[in-house]
Amino acid sequence: MTRPESLTHKSMTLGEAGAALAFGLLAFLSLLIAAKAHTSEYAFHAYLFAAGSIAAVFAIIDRYYNRPAEKAPLTIDGKPNYNMGPVKVATVAAMLWGIAGFTIGLLAALQLAFPVLNFDLSWLSFGRIRPLHTSAVIFAFGGNVLIATSFYVVQRTCRARLAGDLAPWFVVLGYNFFILIAGTGYLLGITQSKEYAEPEWYADLWLTVVWVVYFLVFLGTIIRRSEPHIYVANWFYIAFILTIAVLHLGNNAAIPVSIFSPKSYIVWSGVQDAMVQWWYGHNAVGFFLTAGFLAIMYYFIPKRVERPVYSYRLSIIHFWALIFLYIWAGPHHLHYTALPDWAQTLGMTFSVMLWMPSWGGMINGLMTLSGAWDKLRTDPVLRMMVVSVAFYGMSTFEGPLMSIKAVNSLSHYTDWTIGHVHSGALGWVAFVSFGAVYCLVPWLWNRKGLYSLKLVNWHFWISTIGIVLYISAMWVSGILQGLMWRAYTNLGFLEYSFIETVEAMHPFYVIRALGGALFLIGSCLMVFNLWMTVRSGDTEITTQSEPSLVPAE
Amino acid sequence: MARQQGNDIDALTGTETTGHVWDGIRELNTPLPRWWLWLFYVTIVWSIGYWIVYPAWPLVSSYTTGYFNWHSRQAIVEDLAALKAKRATMTDRIAQTPLEGILADSALLDFARAYGRAAFADNCAPCHGAGGGGVKGYPNLNDDDWLWGGKLEDIVQTIRHGIRAADNDTRQGSMPAFGRDKMMERGDILVVADYVRSLARLQVPANTDLAKGQKLFAENCVSCHGDNGKGNRELGAPDLTDQIWLYGSSKDTIIEGLMNGRGAVMPAWNQRLDDTTIKALTVYVHTLGGGEK
Repeated sequence: MTRPESLTHKSMTLGEAGAALAFGLLAFLSLLIAAKAHTSEYAFHAYLFAAGSIAAVFAIIDRYYNRPAEKAPLTIDGKPNYNMGPVKVATVAAMLWGIAGFTIGLLAALQLAFPVLNFDLSWLSFGRIRPLHTSAVIFAFGGNVLIATSFYVVQRTCRARLAGDLAPWFVVLGYNFFILIAGTGYLLGITQSKEYAEPEWYADLWLTVVWVVYFLVFLGTIIRRSEPHIYVANWFYIAFILTIAVLHLGNNAAIPVSIFSPKSYIVWSGVQDAMVQWWYGHNAVGFFLTAGFLAIMYYFIPKRVERPVYSYRLSIIHFWALIFLYIWAGPHHLHYTALPDWAQTLGMTFSVMLWMPSWGGMINGLMTLSGAWDKLRTDPVLRMMVVSVAFYGMSTFEGPLMSIKAVNSLSHYTDWTIGHVHSGALGWVAFVSFGAVYCLVPWLWNRKGLYSLKLVNWHFWISTIGIVLYISAMWVSGILQGLMWRAYTNLGFLEYSFIETVEAMHPFYVIRALGGALFLIGSCLMVFNLWMTVRSGDTEITTQSEPSLVPAE
Repeated sequence: MARQQGNDIDALTGTETTGHVWDGIRELNTPLPRWWLWLFYVTIVWSIGYWIVYPAWPLVSSYTTGYFNWHSRQAIVEDLAALKAKRATMTDRIAQTPLEGILADSALLDFARAYGRAAFADNCAPCHGAGGGGVKGYPNLNDDDWLWGGKLEDIVQTIRHGIRAADNDTRQGSMPAFGRDKMMERGDILVVADYVRSLARLQVPANTDLAKGQKLFAENCVSCHGDNGKGNRELGAPDLTDQIWLYGSSKDTIIEGLMNGRGAVMPAWNQRLDDTTIKALTVYVHTLGGGEK
């Protein structure tokens, strides 16, 4: 409650006034669309947009009345005045979405093993649950981890306050609003049927605005840095943000039927649409799930292990090689299709050349521990991150292997692909995220350390067993499936009907669901641990949070 | 990165650092691992080699076709031709032999059954089940109970032209919706349902008016199902006395049929499958267990 009699004259900034006005207009437009929407599902989304916009106007005005007249100082006593509020919100959002996404994944796995669990409800059917799961874990969980860590890392490694005043909040809240629209859209059956790009045109437009602001905030912070050089983690974050923007725009180029309809038509068609889709799809893996999380690795591993990064030269070479080669690899998703042979060849060969650039990141992550390997024994958080790097190495070997046409003719369309994705998603992306968040929470909330390292240890083992069950079940079932599909009798006829191959998958689907359940249990332990850390941990004395390593007994 | 004078040496590894510090993080200036670099070169050389022999780079209006002159379209054509050639001797004989002749020749019969089984798995299993066991609404093909006849010529006719399908020679005849189309009173339907159950020697309530049921049955049902409910294969009207049920024997299911009628569709396959495949399918289905002479 600030008194109004402050000495300096207080007035709204251009940003505040402009944002309030823009949200006011958006609220008006949303209500108009809600009134004339072609479908009730779309009207529901329009009402959500209206409610969100009105809430934003009130939040901006309320914040204006409660804030001091001057802008937040960039430095206090010569030290950067970091803006950690948005980081905290994104961290909490990441964990909540994570639990939701893992739970829905478990439901999807159980539906495959026991189809009765579709319950004959359209909104709970596998077809809608599956994109809900993938988007929840990749974009809601992974995306919030990326936003939280990027906003944290860029400030710390640039020794600069986050650029913008409202902008970082807009990025975090706007991104999560996109998740809400996308997620409810899947359940209601709104989709443009592009894998990992299911949300319709209006959600895509909203995300474009959010993402451009994200890029500007990140770049603005880099520009105002007080370090002479840009740290390697920030290169990876820039590559991630910039490329995702380009991919998002290219793959979602669509013409809406009407502003009052959720339906749109993609401007690409036929095999070109397929090519654009997988150029997008594979680079969502390359730049969202790889470049972004390598950035996390490059900050949190050296920070946690308190050792220098293994090789600066390797980081340069593998960074440029990785981003140059990744962008070509998409066609390996379309082997043996109508895609021209030459494009398939390029997709395959560039995937194979990508092997070593990917391993460059693994080497830099693992070898950063040289001289401090003993810490693996005492620090389960570090162990989690190191195992994640090992999984990264494994799945970036498996990926090029599967991109080879001869291998792909067996693995494509089978559960092997699902296993491959999950060794990357659970083993690499989720584990490095867990490690980072275990580091971040005590730093952000000024706690001496985590509530319980023992619980981290439990989390590590339960989830690791879950991952191993998951991926080994999918390997076996995938290879079995591929072999059954191609099996010929000695008379020259196909040996199995499709339904017989489905039946053969059942035991592996049960094991997979069990693995997923273990992974979910582990992450619930994590949320409890973090909750207790924030609630009951001892506050650290220093105002500038430093990493605090507490060795386990 | 220009080497700066006097950069720190990391005590543990003896490696020089780059001299930068970000939030306490330093970087060693370790050279690239040789094995890493060489493997990277190997993948590049291998890729260039692959581009030389296979189609690889787009040009203005064509692409580099590669030394092997390989085309995926050509490869699949060759694969299919090789498969066709492998089966040719036997499939030609099937094409030329009448259905009865295939049954008589044991080598031909074995081949036709293998052929039919594969074709069945691809085309028929989604409805009839992988083993032809059927499910509710889709007949079991393993038993000797036939709606439209179980002789070779009956089966081949059914497969070629389907049942109630979009085909001029398709099998016609369906159960009318007695209730929905107001052809029978609701109360009467309940009596007929019980009477039909009694035909199959199923339990009916003690107070059921079977005499009325018989009268109603005679008035409405016998034209298709026959005087004694034994059915009529000309019309696909099932035998109601044999305790084999397409939709189920519960009173509710029978009432459902009487109210809304029945008339499931089997597609006509003569436009989707070649005649040799249809013959093989016929033999396969005929020999599943219930084929009639």
